[in-house]
Amino acid sequence: MEAVAFFAGAIGALGGAIAIIALRNPFYSVLALIVHLVSLAGLFLILHAEFVAAAQVVVYAGAVVVLYVFVAAYVGGVQEPAWEPIPGQQFLAPLLGSVLFVELSIAVLGSSLKALDTDGPTIPLGFGSPGGIGRILLERFLIAFEAASMLLLLAAVGAVVLAGRRRASGEGGDGATPSERFAQSAAERMVEPETQLGRPASEEGGGPIPPTPGPAY
Amino acid sequence: MDTSWYIVLSALLFAVGAAGVLLRRSPLVILLCLELMLNAGNLALVAFSRMLGNSDGQIFAIVVMVAAACEVVVGLGLIVAIYRRRLPLNVDELRGLRG
Repeated sequence: MEAVAFFAGAIGALGGAIAIIALRNPFYSVLALIVHLVSLAGLFLILHAEFVAAAQVVVYAGAVVVLYVFVAAYVGGVQEPAWEPIPGQQFLAPLLGSVLFVELSIAVLGSSLKALDTDGPTIPLGFGSPGGIGRILLERFLIAFEAASMLLLLAAVGAVVLAGRRRASGEGGDGATPSERFAQSAAERMVEPETQLGRPASEEGGGPIPPTPGPAY
Repeated sequence: MDTSWYIVLSALLFAVGAAGVLLRRSPLVILLCLELMLNAGNLALVAFSRMLGNSDGQIFAIVVMVAAACEVVVGLGLIVAIYRRRLPLNVDELRGLRG
């Protein structure tokens, strides 16, 4: 029974992984990632890591995949050119991947770990449950926990800084306060649709466009 | 199931992810392949945790998950910034570090 579950999860995870790199459309690759992640969560359940499996589904399938879907839809289908800067890259990359697999397998299976061919010891009650994980996380690994939270905060701030629109602030940065810059960019955004509709952009009437607060983005 | 099965599967997933990073040129798919490699590492950590009967490996897996989430957030922010600057979304053409 456990073997059947393992092979089902393994086939799902491996098929999802291969589909990610084989599908041409990035959107389908993201959908294949969902298959991969859910299969991997099943494998975690077999390994008695219930909390990790739940976190995998919630964090990845809930948050990360949604972010990927939004960006894939925003960027759109990018056609990858057939031009290869390295000749034979289509053949060298799978070759290097298989060499890496053989090397990793030899490195792990060739090690003299005696417990590698066993199912592992009998585990205590509550192994991998949210209670047990929470106790370890907040007692022995408190510093790692805090460092991870700080890392998340820094990543969120960095993403806002990276992806925010700041084209207007690059040149006109002489003495303009951020609110003025914001009003200016908001006014530019108000003008943009009209010029795209084909109307002549009015140079003479660059008059006082009311600096209405732009749409929240 | 023996622990070695899980380790071999983890090595296979890692190799697939590495091949994908080398093969594809879209930054979005390269980020997906990085996810694959991190998940393969997670699987190995959880399998060794089960093998030793010690929950510490699962904590490592959770921290790796946090690092993966941060990497995704920053990487997708970079992709959005690249797209807004009308630069090509192709890692072969994004060679210069000049702004």
